[in-house]
Amino acid sequence: MAGRWTLRAVVLVYLGAILLIPVGLVMYKTFEPGIGAVWDAVTTPAAIHAFWLTVTVTAIAVPLNAAFGVLTALVLVRGKIRGRRVLEAFIDLPFAVSPVVVGLALVLLYGRTGWLGDELASTGIKIIFSTPGIVLATIFVTLPFVVREVVPVLREVGNDQEQAASTLGASGWQAFWRITVPSIRWGLAYGVVLSTARAIGEFGAVSIVSGKISGETETLTLLVEKRYTNFDLAGAYAASALLAVIALATLLAMTLVHRRKDAE
Amino acid sequence: MISVESVSKRYGDFAALDDVSIDVESGSLTALLGPSGSGKSTLLRVIAGLEVPDSGTVLLEGRDVTGVAPQGRGVGFVFQHYAAFKHMTVRDNVAFGLTIRKRPKDEIAATVDRLLEVVGLAGFQTRYPSQLSGGQRQRMALARALAVEPSVLLLDEPFGALDRNVRTELRAWLRRLHDEMHVTTVLVTHDQEEAMELADTIVLLNAGRVEQRGAPRDLYDQPASDFVMGFLGPVARVDGGLVRPHDVTVLLEPDDGTVEAQVTRVVHLGFEVRVELEFGDGAPVTVQLARHEAERLELAPGQIVYVRPPEAAVFIAEGI
Repeated sequence: MAGRWTLRAVVLVYLGAILLIPVGLVMYKTFEPGIGAVWDAVTTPAAIHAFWLTVTVTAIAVPLNAAFGVLTALVLVRGKIRGRRVLEAFIDLPFAVSPVVVGLALVLLYGRTGWLGDELASTGIKIIFSTPGIVLATIFVTLPFVVREVVPVLREVGNDQEQAASTLGASGWQAFWRITVPSIRWGLAYGVVLSTARAIGEFGAVSIVSGKISGETETLTLLVEKRYTNFDLAGAYAASALLAVIALATLLAMTLVHRRKDAE
Repeated sequence: MISVESVSKRYGDFAALDDVSIDVESGSLTALLGPSGSGKSTLLRVIAGLEVPDSGTVLLEGRDVTGVAPQGRGVGFVFQHYAAFKHMTVRDNVAFGLTIRKRPKDEIAATVDRLLEVVGLAGFQTRYPSQLSGGQRQRMALARALAVEPSVLLLDEPFGALDRNVRTELRAWLRRLHDEMHVTTVLVTHDQEEAMELADTIVLLNAGRVEQRGAPRDLYDQPASDFVMGFLGPVARVDGGLVRPHDVTVLLEPDDGTVEAQVTRVVHLGFEVRVELEFGDGAPVTVQLARHEAERLELAPGQIVYVRPPEAAVFIAEGI
């Protein structure tokens, strides 16, 4: 009995010291100057722009990765292709590579002096220091989540149901939408929630490719960093609190989805 | 009518089907019987279009469907592990094929209710597959396959995942259903008893080839090979020939065509008695006697007896 209580105490103290106290302090510090000050800090034009930029980038990156993730998972599980293991390893690359390196790689490719720099300049397309660059960086770092969640579900359900659907007259397309997608829906949903959380919180890769132009290419995480380095602590806390609220909402969604996923 | 002509299918070095040809008559119930790896499931899947043969042709009702995808063949397929659509209710499962065909809603509802009645699942419309027992799921799968009015019904070890009691019950039920509906049915099984009980015709497969095709009784009484004989029931080897253990005569005195043997064990199994014997060369053999016969002979371990194989057995042994 004593052993079990010690174990619980250790876990709780650890979680408290590492997670709860820092996050709680941010919340406390945020609301210390009063709710009015917080509201003012998160409704400045720069903050509103940063919020919408983050939402836009997430709204582009996550659906793209969801579609790509399901297709890749299908290829990995159902396809009879050579080099499947190599492809699987490639999918995990974004987990292994530091986001800062991802950012640098994108600059090397699309930047003014990069490989495709001259071509892009002549067509007038701007990627680095612009929204497309932020989207690309976000897609890169959130690539594996949906694939990783959907692959095991696909393996587990097998393809009996799809074959049954085809003998009943369903085309490949109909079997995909009516059978495959519903069977993987909770795995897919969980992958989407994880991708969303990662997309909103991404800092390293985005900070390199964005150029951090206030009111233009500044996401919420970049805004927090700028206010912090400019000694605008109250403003930094307020922006952090906004991020934290989004994170809590994601966490709640995650828990609900996970429960449904386990129930099936 | 199903015609499979010279179908071969290889997986790497393994020949799952080796130049197989079979005909299944309209309205019949045919069993594809064989040990695992004999190619029986592959053959069924080739008929359904779920596997593409390397060579050969498949004809359904005279139409060459070899290159046709499963959805264009009009077959009903029932899987060993049910393949129930887990996210759909029983009603939506059974309605699936009709929904795909965009039939009117009231027609679908009527067909689904009628079929659920037939398979004994009336009142289960709004349940999910996870709320059904294995036997109920398989009956739902059968209703689902029948809903599209298939020209042939293909069953891949349909009772293989069920308890023994449920299996026996569903077998009798399937036979009754077939007698009422007359859908041309092909059933894959590795259980000879199931095949004998259900089928009009048995096609016995071994190592990707057809060993013998015929009525259950013909296969049992006139097996074309030792393999067929051994697969359809217990066998005893007497005087170099394979015989059924209950066809062997046991005598206390030597006679024409008898072989001497020593009793090693006598096992009473209710109405029949199993006698384990050993020949002079040490080869063991087990024979079955009716209870009164065993009692009359008063067999006991150590005793010397003289066994005589049935005449037919010698004929078969020489014929091979």
